[in-house]
Amino acid sequence: MIISVVSGKGGTGKTTVAASLASVIPQSVYIDCDVEEPNGHLMLQPKFTSEESVNKLLPKIDYEKCDFCGKCIEVCEFNALINLKFEILLFEEMCHSCGACEYFCPKNAITEIPKELGKLRSGKTENDIKFYDGLLNIGEATAVPLIKKVKTKIENEKINIIDSPPGTSCSMVETVKDSDFCLLVTESTPFGLNDLKLAIDVVKNINVPFGVVINKYDETFVEMENYLTENEIEVMLRIPFDRKIAEAYSNGILPINSSDKIRTDFIGLIDLIKKKTKSNGTQMTQKKLINTDF
Amino acid sequence: MKQIVILSGKGGTGKTTVSSAFVKLLNNKITIDCDVDAANLFLLLNPKDQKQFEYFGGKKASINLELCSQCGLCESVCRFDAIHDYEINQLSCEGCGFCYRACPDDAIKFTAIKSGSYFECSLQDKSKFYYAILLPGEGNSGKLVSEIKKSALNNVDEKTKWVIVDGPPGIGCPVNASLSGADFVVIVAEPTQSGIHDLKRLVELLKTFSIKSGIVINKYDLNEKITLQITSLAGKENIPVLGYLPFDEDYIEAIKANKTIVEYSSHAAEDIKNIWAKVEFFMDISKN
Repeated sequence: MIISVVSGKGGTGKTTVAASLASVIPQSVYIDCDVEEPNGHLMLQPKFTSEESVNKLLPKIDYEKCDFCGKCIEVCEFNALINLKFEILLFEEMCHSCGACEYFCPKNAITEIPKELGKLRSGKTENDIKFYDGLLNIGEATAVPLIKKVKTKIENEKINIIDSPPGTSCSMVETVKDSDFCLLVTESTPFGLNDLKLAIDVVKNINVPFGVVINKYDETFVEMENYLTENEIEVMLRIPFDRKIAEAYSNGILPINSSDKIRTDFIGLIDLIKKKTKSNGTQMTQKKLINTDF
Repeated sequence: MKQIVILSGKGGTGKTTVSSAFVKLLNNKITIDCDVDAANLFLLLNPKDQKQFEYFGGKKASINLELCSQCGLCESVCRFDAIHDYEINQLSCEGCGFCYRACPDDAIKFTAIKSGSYFECSLQDKSKFYYAILLPGEGNSGKLVSEIKKSALNNVDEKTKWVIVDGPPGIGCPVNASLSGADFVVIVAEPTQSGIHDLKRLVELLKTFSIKSGIVINKYDLNEKITLQITSLAGKENIPVLGYLPFDEDYIEAIKANKTIVEYSSHAAEDIKNIWAKVEFFMDISKN
């Protein structure tokens, strides 16, 4: 099972929720896909056992063969190449490694060479949680290939918790798209609500079942509850606004380790998710059966 | 004209709170919200006279099955795992056009798609404000940031003193795009383990751009030990600390009232004024 933890807005507590959830599930797998700013390791404190380079491919021109015909520039949709007539200039950060220039070059003058864009780190925590994260190299623009690589560590027979990057763009979709369930973490402010709506649009769009966790919960912010009730969206957990939780977090301590109540709440949360995905699963098989009948 | 970009690396440290406060304090400015994934600044600034522009960020491919001879070449050349059974998944399609160009039957269409909108509006003091909304799940957020900055900067005239840019989180492509043309970066950091971790990565990124910066430590009293660590990191990196803001529920109450912190709390307004004075000071004395 794959559970992804997302939020439109940054700093709402995605990593706290993801790491807490992983901690209360025996033998879970934690996958940190927030490769621009991975923080899961700060909360779960894994021992890293290995680190591998993740590469992207960049075109290299063989000037013995190149006649500056400009075909590579024509087929590059991302304007990553410029023809200077004596040199084909490459803007590495614009290149999406699609391979079109290499394929279409009439002189076979292009080969693709790997360049590191980040690292995939693997480890294990004291509680036997398998830990993986991606660390994007500084200055690197495209996170998606690294996210894909980190996601290859998903173990289907186990419960995988994925920590998503913030926002609602391609990196987030790449992270979430084949999840069985998505937890949307928000906070009781107009910013939190605005960004929650955006995130809900995305998960609905890609058809992933979801529920909401309200962090830094403040009952006086009624707009949040009103919106959720109107749209029949279930709040699966409310974590109170509490300076003590924030202080513990600042030292890398998860709330489940400082409050028994919150630990129990997270165990309840995982049970709730299991129930929901099970009932969804049956619904889906039923739908399929109906379809085959036709 | 000077362009100030507010960044944080980690999300939720208070970028928009600080940006909105600067906007409220300053005259003769243009304001741009570059967090196109999750724009929030407009919630505090109550913009008016909104004009909407459509943004076409890139193209996507689709197969015309009537022309398709099912040779499978498109699937084999696609590096983004977007093509299966002669169908192109629009969410996975990177927009590279490789399949469209390779198809021997001319069965693939490659068309521009709308990836978002951007808005030009006026604030109470008649100054211009720009923000954008990316359609859910779209890529090209860096390109949208460049686009919105370009249209905003077209409005710079001799009276414009400041361009205030509320930046996106992270250190990836939209952040790079938001930094083009910046004169000074205000980094909003928080004293947490994650906060200092992400701050270090942002500082590394800024070095590659050689842009002057300063740090605001928000919620400094949440963890004074880490605040001290940030201060010493700043010293080592030769980055001035512009000021310290407390962990104070006023900041949340201001957002809940849809107000900037300078409108909501007079002592916070003093803090922000002092921070801005330092921004001006450090921007002038040293140029990299």
